[in-house]
Formats: sequence, structure tokens, C-alpha cells
Amino acid sequence: MAWERKVGKAMHFTINGKNYDADPDIRTSLLDLLREHLNLTGSKKGCDHGQCGACTVLVNGRRINSCLTLAVMHQDDEITTIEGIGTPDNLAPLQAAFVKHDGFQCGYCTPGQICSATGMLNEAKQGWPSHVSERLEGDVELTDDEIRERMSGNLCRCSAYPNIVDAIREVAEEPA
Amino acid sequence: MADHTLSSPERLSTLDRAVQRVLGQPIDRTDGPAKVSGDARYSFEIEADNALYGHILTAGIGAGRIDAIDADAARAAPGVVAVLVDDPRLPADAVNSFDKLKSWRLGHDIRFFGQAIGVVVAETQEAARAAARLVDIRYAPQQGRFTPDLSHPDEIEPEGLRPPVKTGDFDAIFAGATFRYDQSYSTPIHFPAAMEPQATLARWEDDELILHSSLQSTGGATKAVGRALDIDPQKVRVIAPFVGGGFGGKTSVGAEAIYAAIAAKHTGRPVKIVQTRRQVAALAHHRAPTRQRVRIATDADGHIRAFGHHAVIAQRDNRSFVEPVHIGTTHLYAGDARLMTVDLARADHPTSGAVRSPGEACGTLAVEVAMDEAAEALGLDPIEFRRRNEPKVSPANGKPFGTRKLIECYEEGARRFGWDQRSAKPASRREGDWWIGHGMAAAIRSNITVEARATVTLEADGSAHIETDMTDIGTGTYTILMQVVAEALGLSPDRVRVSIGDSSLPRSAGSGGSFGASSASSAAALACQEIAGKLAAKLDAEAKDLTLQDGHATARNRRVPLTELLGGEAISAKGHAKPGKHTDAHVSASYGAHFAEVAVNAFTGEVRVRRMTGIFDIGRVLNEKTARSQIVGGIVWGIGSVLHEDGVIDPHSGQFVNPDFGEYHIPTHADSPPIEVHFIEEVDNLANEAGAKGVGELGNSGAGAAVANAIYNACGIRVHDFPITLDKLLSALPEQD
Repeated sequence: MAWERKVGKAMHFTINGKNYDADPDIRTSLLDLLREHLNLTGSKKGCDHGQCGACTVLVNGRRINSCLTLAVMHQDDEITTIEGIGTPDNLAPLQAAFVKHDGFQCGYCTPGQICSATGMLNEAKQGWPSHVSERLEGDVELTDDEIRERMSGNLCRCSAYPNIVDAIREVAEEPA
Repeated sequence: MADHTLSSPERLSTLDRAVQRVLGQPIDRTDGPAKVSGDARYSFEIEADNALYGHILTAGIGAGRIDAIDADAARAAPGVVAVLVDDPRLPADAVNSFDKLKSWRLGHDIRFFGQAIGVVVAETQEAARAAARLVDIRYAPQQGRFTPDLSHPDEIEPEGLRPPVKTGDFDAIFAGATFRYDQSYSTPIHFPAAMEPQATLARWEDDELILHSSLQSTGGATKAVGRALDIDPQKVRVIAPFVGGGFGGKTSVGAEAIYAAIAAKHTGRPVKIVQTRRQVAALAHHRAPTRQRVRIATDADGHIRAFGHHAVIAQRDNRSFVEPVHIGTTHLYAGDARLMTVDLARADHPTSGAVRSPGEACGTLAVEVAMDEAAEALGLDPIEFRRRNEPKVSPANGKPFGTRKLIECYEEGARRFGWDQRSAKPASRREGDWWIGHGMAAAIRSNITVEARATVTLEADGSAHIETDMTDIGTGTYTILMQVVAEALGLSPDRVRVSIGDSSLPRSAGSGGSFGASSASSAAALACQEIAGKLAAKLDAEAKDLTLQDGHATARNRRVPLTELLGGEAISAKGHAKPGKHTDAHVSASYGAHFAEVAVNAFTGEVRVRRMTGIFDIGRVLNEKTARSQIVGGIVWGIGSVLHEDGVIDPHSGQFVNPDFGEYHIPTHADSPPIEVHFIEEVDNLANEAGAKGVGELGNSGAGAAVANAIYNACGIRVHDFPITLDKLLSALPEQD
């Protein structure tokens, strides 16, 4: 249609291991692609400005705010959303730990918290330091202060923070 | 129908004699798997064929009039279907069932910056947003009242939520007292800031309007929507099975719901609108800024003789809500002479309204710091000062209290926290670069009983189904109602189905004022009581002699499976709970005690809360896990209010300077310390049939003051203008050795 601003051909995406074709307006953010075009509504929009983390997804294994990047930029990427982490009948360990420790109330920030924690645990495993790390090199000991610091890009107005830390700690301590 | 007006303090036999041991247990949320997997659908995520997107237009001045709107360019923009700016029903901000229509039907008068004035409707979000920038609005600005003078109110004792308290000759007793405390305080604007912004999908089926909307109440919202659209509320259905937080900000109906409804009618297609994060700040209400004066007069032994709590708050014209600043103070401490009032300064600000713990959140910041300061001046431990002033009946009206275990909360909290290790002398404990301090404060939250209905059906297969229009805004409603029904009917948790969040279901009062869980649970319990009575009759027994457990009914030495007893026929009953005569005959509240340990950086003034402990009296605990989480969340809110949160209005333009998460700082993970929470449980027979009192707002009451008192204990600085940001500490930090 004439009103649309399109690249003129369908874009291709790989999300949660599945292939998707879509032809969104080129101004569409990755978040809006997921929510409004692909019916993957698990990723949430809390601020649309990269301030709250509710839209966090994994792109090639790294956590990003999907509201701050355009869909058109991610046609060659492996994208993982909360729907790809686990399902209600087959929860991933982090998801199960969030339920067990009551790491959410309204649930709106929760997919972002869990995607962010998934990425964060990998960062820690790879030895990435944080603002509160004593040393910049070597193994990371994932103390509660480290978890809090590394998860502070994900806001939770219900303030389930202590329970979220409990859930993440439990999973972090599990033998890999 | 089990129609019940609570008029005698009798226990409800159904819950008290129940033996299933489900109620109160720390059961995982039943909606948990859906929420952690992204499967739970919030309002904007409901699928609708052929839906359009709306983008709300907002005013770029803070006071004046719109001279002209030229929307031609927007209408001609790619993808735009309609630009609506002239419908007189288009609201300025949120709508409700109690304010006058003229409070939000402002036409082209601009009364606050960010006021909604129209909507662009387009095929995509991108097209609607881009076209909104093309709408040319010409204004005739006026000088607005952007900086209300809270020391000179416009309205003395306005009509509002809370009547003034005036007992005894306050002025004379205060003037003649041995000890007098008199201090002014200020608290800023607070945003509710739920993570899910106000969002609605509207569609019409003939003349019936269906709104999937992010709201705290569904049934109550139909009335507000009907008024706003000039249609019969019976023709409005509001659906909200999942709500991404409310915190008071979704007690009214968001402006976007009305714009979406009007646009959907105009275009003949479903319309989705979500408020942008920055729009939410002006279009949803905020907690009013306050100026408060606390006066405490005691005898030489620290017995309070006179207690004064006066506040002035800001509100825009024609909005009737008045922040009930002294609601918690009214019955908290002794003192025969009491003077507690709230006055109003009118401002050209967005609407102020009820945000989590209205009255108590800002009121306790002042009063609980005042109690700490007065205790020190009297040479008393702050707990001892409170103990000496614990009233036996309400000092405001002489009425008896419901359960009130405040003293026990102080004592248990002091023991668990290690209060005896605290040094009473400020700036006496140092760890490296940090001053360490400890503080405490009381928590109080008025308990409100409201009308609520629920229908419970015991199906022929022995499972149960409860239906009510109640919402779960993160409060645990799905889980709690399951537990009440499972307990009352003797069923395992997986045998109870809960249907909520739809105005077509039996009417509750929704979520707000911490009344949701206890009121809806009471209705559920009453319905179950009626069912139990019918089951008993089938066994030729009295209800009181019936035991329901594990899907079996036992009476008169017979144990029969429910499926057999039901004989293929379901039993349905309607529960209707409501306040009664004795509701007004006693004073009902939830209580608690907060303890905080903070570290204040000796060089920068940075404050870190290191740990908090809280003990609470909430009557019957319906679910130990969700109740605890509600309290923990409230305590973190208290930390936010004392250290971070500060909504700022530009005095020149009237616009919010910090209307988003980048600049309005809510607590993060890094701001939230380990928090220990315990309950002292006593079923409150006077409160309601469920015996439960409010919990959702209690944690936020007093938590900030405990931190403020700990900051004083750490570094010897009293700050009376909140939040306590480091600039207010920096110049007064103790001299270094």
C-alpha cells in the first residue's frame, strides 16, 4: 500500500530457532516487530526508551533492549525471546526459580528480567567484570551485590527485587 | 444468595473450621507459569483483526487555550485514517465515576502541560506517531499557577476523602505543655509508575463497547466509561485478566481508553492505544506534593497530650480527590487533644490522586520522623516513646480497635533486628568511609471494608469455579481466591478454577485501597458457606457439623465423596460481602514496625540501605508468600520515597521535568537490600468475613521514615524535605578526624 514505508521485499528473521518473514514499516523497532507483527508478545514495552529493560531479548546470545534497535538491522541475527526460553508446561530453570521465589508480582517486567538474567549469567561465566567487581580479570564470583548491580537495568515497580536475586542466585549456584 | 452484612464479630465457621490447610500457605502463584513464560496477555497484546493504532496528541503549553488546530497535513500523511480533535467527549486525562464531567471535558481550554487534546489514528504505530508531529496547534498561552504556594492554601478544609480531626482544646494544651515539638516537612510529587503503561484495545460489537484495558477495576470502570462516552454502562464490557501493575494509577480509566473507544466508533475498526511513558506522567494521576506541620506536646514523662498534623496539598481545578495526609496519624498515638487537617492549594498541574498508600506514604515520612526527633529530645528510646503512647481505644473517637498488635510488632522487630545493638548517639559508628546508623518507624494502613460479590460453583465432578470481576494487578488474587475456595470446600488447589478480570462477572470493588483481597475473599467465603450448608443438608446434618476435606464430606459419621453427594448436579452460590453497622463501630487498620540499617558515605553523603526488617499485623494471612512479597515491594517503595523519587514541575512552563524512568528514579536492584519480613497473625473477626486486613499498602507506610531515622543515627543530620538526596547531607556531614 502506498502509505507504507517498506524496503520493498519481505524481511527475514530467525527467532527462537524458527524462521519468520515479515514486511514491517522500516521504522519498526525490534520490539514492535515481535509484538505487533509476529504475535510474540512476551517481550514487554515499559518505556520504549531503553530505560526499564522490560523489552530485553537475546541477540546472538547477548542481552539488548529490543526497543532501542530497528528490526531491519537484525535479519542475520539469532534472536531469543522469552517464548524461546521456556513454555508454561516446560519452564526453564530460571523461570521455575522465579515462580518458586515469587520473583514477580504483576509479571510485566518478568520476561525482561529472565532474558536479562540469562544473558547476565553467561557474561559472568565469561568473566565480564561489573561496576562492583573487585578485580577486572579472572573468574567472577556472583555475589548478591554482583547480581544486583548486573540486573539494575531491569526495573520492577512491584519491587520483587530481593526475590529475583534469590531466584537468580539459586540457578547460578546449580552445577552446570 | 449468601447475603451478609457484617454486624457481629462472629467467626465465619466455614473458614475457621476448615481443615484442608491450603489457606495461608505459601503456595506459588497459579498465574506464575504464564507470567514467567510470556504467555500471559496484557491488554495491548490481545489479538484483533484489522486493528488501527492511535497516538494521543498532548498540549505543549501549561495554561491557556487552543486557538486553532490544523490537522490537514496529518490527515494527508501516509497511513493516517483519522485525526480526531473536536469530539467534546475527548477527555483531558483519566476519567472516573465520581468527579464532575467538566473536570476532564475541557474542550480547547488547556489546564495542564501534557493534557490530551486529540488522537491520530493510523494503520501502524509508526504512521500514527509520525503524523502526530504534523498536527499544527496554535495556542493562546496564559500565565499558569505552576508553583502553588503550599504555605498559603486556596481552600481550607476542602470536601475530600478524609474529614478533619478536632478533639480537645489543641491550642491551649499545646501552648501549656512541658515539651513541645513543632516542625515543618515537605514531600514531592510521586508517580505510580507501573511498568505497564496505560493501554487499551477498544472494539464495538453493534452498540456494545468492549475494552481490553489495563485497569485496577473492571466493573467499576464500566460506570466511568459510560459517563465519559454518554452511553449506558450496561453496554460497556471491560476485560483485564492481566494488569502490569497499578499502584493507584489505574483506579481511574485511562484517557487512552476513551480515545480508543471514540476512534473505534468513528473508524468502524478496533483501535489500540498505549500511552507513551512520558504521556503517562501527565495523563495518569500522581501523588500530590505536600507541605506538612507536625506538632507534638507531651508531659515530662513523654506522654503525648496534644498531637497536631496539618498538611497542604496541590490539586488541579475541579478534581475532588484530596490526599488524606493525616489518615494514618488519626488513630496512631495517644493524645486527647488532636488537630489534623488537610487544606488545598489549586495548581495548573496534572491531576493528583491516590497512589499506593495514599495519606500514609507521605504522612508517615513526616510523623514518624517527628516521633523519632521528639523521642530523642525527651531522652527516650523511640520504641519506648511509642510504647508510652500506645492507645487502648482510638484517641480520635473513643471507638475500640480491631486486632492491633503494634506493640508486639515493635518488640519482635527489635529482637530480630538487634535493636539493642544500636547506639542512641548519632555519628558514633564508623566502618571505613561509611557512617552506620539504625532507625525504626511504625507502619499503619487503614483497613477498608467494601462491597464485593462472587459466585462459586461446586461442579458435579467435584471441582470448583469462582467468578468475580476482581483484578489481579500483581496482588495474588488468582492464587488467594483459589486458596479460600479450596480451604472452604475441602479441595486440593488444582481442583479450583478462578475467573476474574471481566466486568461481566459478579461485581467487586476491584483492586485499590488494600481492600481487594479481603473483600473478594469474604464474598468467596460466604458463597462457599452456602454451598457447605447445602452439602450438609444432603447428609441430614447441620453445616457446623460438616467437615469438607480432600474432596469428601464428612458428617454424622459418614464420609462421602463430593461427586457422589452431588449426584451429577452442580451447586452454585452467590456471596455478597459488605460493610455493616459494626464496621463504623470500631477502628480497623493493619500495623507494623520497620527497622533499617543504613550506611552514609562520610565524604560524598551517598546513602546505602544495608538491610531492613519488618514485622506486620495484617489479620489472617491468606498466602504467606504473596503477602510477604507485597510487603517487601512496599518497603522498597518506602526506600524510593525517602531517597530517590521526586517528580519535578518546571516553574516556567508547568511541564514535568522528569516524566520517565531515565530521570524519575524508582529503586533498582542495586537500591534494594535484603529485607526480612515476618507476620504476627491473628484473625481479625471484626474486619470482615475473611478475617484479613489490607497488606498491599502497609509496607510502604513508615518504611521511608525508618530509613530517614537511620540516616540521622548514622551521621547526625535531620532532613525534613524529602527525598534525602546527598546534596542535602553533603554540607553538614560530621567533621573528619
